[in-house]
Amino acid sequence: MPVFDTLSLASLPQADEAIRPAIRAIAAEAAAAAGADRRARSWQGYDPAFSRRLGEAGFLGLTLPERYGGHGRGPFARFVVVEELLGIGAPVAAHWIADRQSAPLILNFGNEAQREFYLPRIARGEIFFCIGMSEPGSGSDLASVRTRAERTESGWRVNGQKIWTSGAPHCDYMIALLRTSGSAEDRHAGLSQLIIDLKAPGVTIRPIRDLAGDEHFAEVFFEDVDLPADALIGNEGEGWKQVTAELAFERSGPERIYSSVVLLDAWVRHLQAVGRDDPATLALVGDFTARLGVLRAMSIACTARLAAGESPVTEASLVKDLGTAFEQQLPVAIGDDLAAHPDQAVDAELYRTLLYVTHVAPSFSLRGGTREILRGIIARGMGLR
Amino acid sequence: MSEFLEPFERMLESLSPPATVRSIEAGGDADALWNGIAESGFLDALVPEERGGAGLPLAEVCALWQALGRHAVPLPVGETMIARALLADAPDGPIALASAGPGAATVVPFGRVARHVLLEFGGRLCLVEASGEETGVAGSLAARMIWDAAPAEVVGAAPAGGLRAIAAVLRAALIAGAADRLTAMTAAYANERVQFGKPIGKQQALQQQMALMAEDMVACRIAAQLGCAGDLQPGLVAAATAKSIASTAAARLAATAHAVHGAIGISEEYDLQLYTRRLHEWRLADGSETYWNRLLGAARLGDARGSVDYVREAL
Repeated sequence: MPVFDTLSLASLPQADEAIRPAIRAIAAEAAAAAGADRRARSWQGYDPAFSRRLGEAGFLGLTLPERYGGHGRGPFARFVVVEELLGIGAPVAAHWIADRQSAPLILNFGNEAQREFYLPRIARGEIFFCIGMSEPGSGSDLASVRTRAERTESGWRVNGQKIWTSGAPHCDYMIALLRTSGSAEDRHAGLSQLIIDLKAPGVTIRPIRDLAGDEHFAEVFFEDVDLPADALIGNEGEGWKQVTAELAFERSGPERIYSSVVLLDAWVRHLQAVGRDDPATLALVGDFTARLGVLRAMSIACTARLAAGESPVTEASLVKDLGTAFEQQLPVAIGDDLAAHPDQAVDAELYRTLLYVTHVAPSFSLRGGTREILRGIIARGMGLR
Repeated sequence: MSEFLEPFERMLESLSPPATVRSIEAGGDADALWNGIAESGFLDALVPEERGGAGLPLAEVCALWQALGRHAVPLPVGETMIARALLADAPDGPIALASAGPGAATVVPFGRVARHVLLEFGGRLCLVEASGEETGVAGSLAARMIWDAAPAEVVGAAPAGGLRAIAAVLRAALIAGAADRLTAMTAAYANERVQFGKPIGKQQALQQQMALMAEDMVACRIAAQLGCAGDLQPGLVAAATAKSIASTAAARLAATAHAVHGAIGISEEYDLQLYTRRLHEWRLADGSETYWNRLLGAARLGDARGSVDYVREAL
């Protein structure tokens, strides 16, 4: 299958491996005081002080040019940093979207003034972004968004609503996909991306509590929100193209394989503590270990395509779908394993971690594109239409 | 990508078309195919240069092994490459690999068409003449062999980690190659076959299954490459990861390929079965996924590191 031939074993360059000890030390500081059930929240864990600390230490905006406050490194360096943060479950939610996809988007499609205005502050961990894509009537069918931005004499006026916006209650800005011309029937045409200052008059944010008791996502309402002309990012009418490129960044990182890794480690430590080594347990541990190893190698292979300047949309979808299936199977299998041994007491922290991951696991294959959408992208990559 | 892959693949295309594969499976003469491959020099791909070989790293040979799987080559070419690298003075002819204990019948892949078997028995390597009985499985090139006592023909100590580890890595690469061919065949068929007035490949239910085939195919390739990242003595974690992933995927890939093809995929005259039969045999050969998962699980539980650190440092 020629389309997937480019996904091949790659290794992290030595220069990028070299930054691992420093980021590991900072991540360990943040995680030291937190129990496994808290660390399992990782990229839902909001800690702006920690994000600023990462910025001061030079671990945000890694891939941005130095003239914008970045560090001129490549996707491999970012892989190392993200792996260290997620592997231990450090609280990264505050800066997550800004660092992962808003900054590359502004760098790629923004004008010089926008770059100078936003990028240095993102790299310092001072401003946080969220993504305005989903709407009440637009989930997987993203091109059907109805929230509009109309041209005014001084810029833009926005009316409508976004929903399931992760981090909105804590963020400074939203990069929203909006309709700037035509109607929902025009599909991909007439969509644009605008940067919305969430403190602007007319913006109302209502947090939504999730089934685990957390409030990380929200509804965001826009009522005659006036924005300046330079709120437009990239070109008017090219929002779909820009969003597609953005999603390649969103889908290809190690966050798509590590969502349950804090639970995996807590379970392995439990097995070690109780000394269980029957053949079925060993086979289960071995299966997870093999899959984690291959998924990590696949994620690095995908990062190598990013590093080569490509936009590996199909490849990233493939790694994400396989990765989230693994992330979702872990809590199911670990729950069965623990409850199959009622005489080996499970401590309260492991139990809370297990149930937290079990409850939020459905979101792993929703956020960033559902399983069905991703498999459709892969099928098209295989030549099926 | 290896510069040797293209000529190797071209050679296999001309020397080992499906008709030749079927003929050899049916007991036909394999000398012409073997001599063609032997003359190409590729059998010494892994032999060090100072011994007259090409001295290619295993990472490069991995692509050649996948090509063998992609063409369902009916001879132990990869096995012979390993044997010729391990033996100072290898005999001519195809050599199969086996690991066995006293009195236990062992299914040796390509045992029917091998002249010799490089056998690990009691911690030693022995080179014995291939003799065994047919498995009775239609089209299978494997043979059942039994050694009651250690053969006299000892040629050295077993490689660290055992002969089974490198054989399992080879098997993973063969599976990855067959998976590649199977996925391409199945996608092409889905675009041709019309039901309900349109190609079945337009059905979302089918597209979703095909996407999983692509995922398994790529996972097999990366797993095989991880297994081949070292030398002929792969570490336990690398060998186990390669074979566990490839064996697990092999059964799923074969099932989906057959489901998409429908009845024609079951027929002898259609090429699909050349690959799906191999996937199932190679899944079982040199340890199934659970065999390797147990070994890997034991190693993992004996290690105090976190899971990410473990796979990062051990692979």
